[in-house]
Amino acid sequence: MFKFLFERDTWQEVWDSLSKNKLRSMLTMVGVWWGILLLIGLLGSAKGLENSFNRLFGSFATNSVFVWGQSTSKPFKGFQEGKQVKLTLTDAKLIEENVEGIEFVVPRNQNQSLVVRGFLSGNYSVNGDFPLLDKVQKKKMIVGRFINQSDINDKRKVAVISEDIYKQLFEKDAEVIGELIKINGINFTVVGMFENGNVNMGPTSDIHIPFTTFQQIYNQGDQIGWMMLTGKPDADISQIEEDAKLILRNLNHIHPEDKRAFGSFNLGKEFAKITGFLVGMQFLTWFVGIATLIAGVFAIGNILLITVKERTKEIGVRRALGATPFEIKRQIVVEAVSITLLAGFFGIISGGWILIGIDSAFGQGDEAVIVNASVSISVIFISLIILVILGTLIGLIPAFKATSIKPIDALREE
Amino acid sequence: MLNIKKLHKSYPIGDTSLHVLKGIDLSVEDGEMVAIMGSSGSGKSTLLNIIGMLDEADEGEYILDGVPIKNLTEKKAAIYRNKFLGFIFQSFNLINYKNALDNVALPLYYQGMKRQDRIEKALFHLEKVGLKPWAHHLPNELSGGQKQRVAIARALAANPKLLLADEPTGALDTKTSYEIMDFIQSLNDEGKTILIVTHEEDIAHMCKRLVRLKDGVMVEDVKVEQVRASQYV
Repeated sequence: MFKFLFERDTWQEVWDSLSKNKLRSMLTMVGVWWGILLLIGLLGSAKGLENSFNRLFGSFATNSVFVWGQSTSKPFKGFQEGKQVKLTLTDAKLIEENVEGIEFVVPRNQNQSLVVRGFLSGNYSVNGDFPLLDKVQKKKMIVGRFINQSDINDKRKVAVISEDIYKQLFEKDAEVIGELIKINGINFTVVGMFENGNVNMGPTSDIHIPFTTFQQIYNQGDQIGWMMLTGKPDADISQIEEDAKLILRNLNHIHPEDKRAFGSFNLGKEFAKITGFLVGMQFLTWFVGIATLIAGVFAIGNILLITVKERTKEIGVRRALGATPFEIKRQIVVEAVSITLLAGFFGIISGGWILIGIDSAFGQGDEAVIVNASVSISVIFISLIILVILGTLIGLIPAFKATSIKPIDALREE
Repeated sequence: MLNIKKLHKSYPIGDTSLHVLKGIDLSVEDGEMVAIMGSSGSGKSTLLNIIGMLDEADEGEYILDGVPIKNLTEKKAAIYRNKFLGFIFQSFNLINYKNALDNVALPLYYQGMKRQDRIEKALFHLEKVGLKPWAHHLPNELSGGQKQRVAIARALAANPKLLLADEPTGALDTKTSYEIMDFIQSLNDEGKTILIVTHEEDIAHMCKRLVRLKDGVMVEDVKVEQVRASQYV
């Protein structure tokens, strides 16, 4: 059935009829060329935007939710309304054990404190943290290290500071590792300095000290300020939020319908809005691209109809010489698909050039808006398959037109 | 070879219909060379088209080489045309963007012959019509007589049982006409059965038998003394 595709004559015939009117063949291809070019250019740019988003948030576990305690708004089990809800490490542990789809639970504490170094001082937020934080909110260390398990176990007085604090409290080019800073009147050794990121999620973080040390110096006991829950990549973060709150309500004796007892910020949901926008843009791109493609393919069908009309006599001769209607139709469909594919190839190549242009114009450096604008090879294959299908369908119209005329009438045509 | 009995054909024209063939009986033996004559409107072209399976009769019987030609699908007609018939047209009907060789090879292509064999065979037939040196020329680089010879080579390529020529000399001057007729006569000498539609008396008398149509009926069917075209060349 498809043996003819591998015969030289088939392609000779296609080449003959296309090269007979080169200008027209080229103009015919413009529509499809333009459609594919749009498709590749737009999809590549959308991908570039997505990449730049991913780069921005790459160091951050986006599938996460922050939960903290507030005051109750309903009396429950003998407690008056207005009770302060304090979350504890036990809560965190139970959530980690009981909520499905959870990857990490990161309990955190924060306090504003006076930080002094020599004659310089300032008020900064001091965070009590576990090493786990580095997993969900990657810190870009300039020098030194982040808090480790030994720090936690030994309740060491070590601090990891941000670059901003270094600039404010240290002299230019001063050594930072091993230096002492005074937090809340207690000396801490600086063990690391990290870069302030482009994007900060949650409260500003200036200084991190071990969680256990924080407990001790601020007298926190088991209490935590808030916790960050990170879902596994495919977990539903809204469900995790609900489940966690349910457990917290039970543990803290809070009315089931008390909406104000816990505050939360669902980063996963917010992030989904952004990615939803990106998905929407991709959909729009496909829509526009394919609509343009269809218009282009129709132009090809239109021209082929005219060509068939012009070749009525030739087709009559061919049939007198023994061409079956199927062979005539097949040839015209192959021509249609060939023009479509050829135009498609040119479109893909020029679309690629456009992406290269976009990349060199907007894609360079750390602040790039569009990062690595590109389309995957599967997109190319999908568009080629679409082209073949559309080309075949549109080729059928002139093909049937060509064989609808009886050979005798076709021969009579002058 | 060819047997036609009580053939009728009419074309609808508006509300009425035009009765073009009114019961034609014709029988052609192997190796005959028949001229079908008649003024325009006599039905000679219609008869040739029916014989060529380009058109179908309303009524009557048509048997070609023992095969009844009836209720043909387009596909079957195409296969029969390819296998049984060679066409020669008044306006040559060469495909103008294909060179002489490819034009001659075209019926072989539709037979599904391999390219190499096709070229070999087409070259053989081109040589036979004396146009081998012009094999790679396009039709518009050839003279009228040369074009018709290419067309004859094309008609011969598939080795048909019957050659059908519709006014083969209609577009040619007298001298070239006689050259073409000389060639067609030589084909007949080799045993090919040939049917020629013409309205020129001199061409008709170069055949061996003359059939004259008038208003859709056969008015004359005689054997003629063949005039050899070679004496004019």
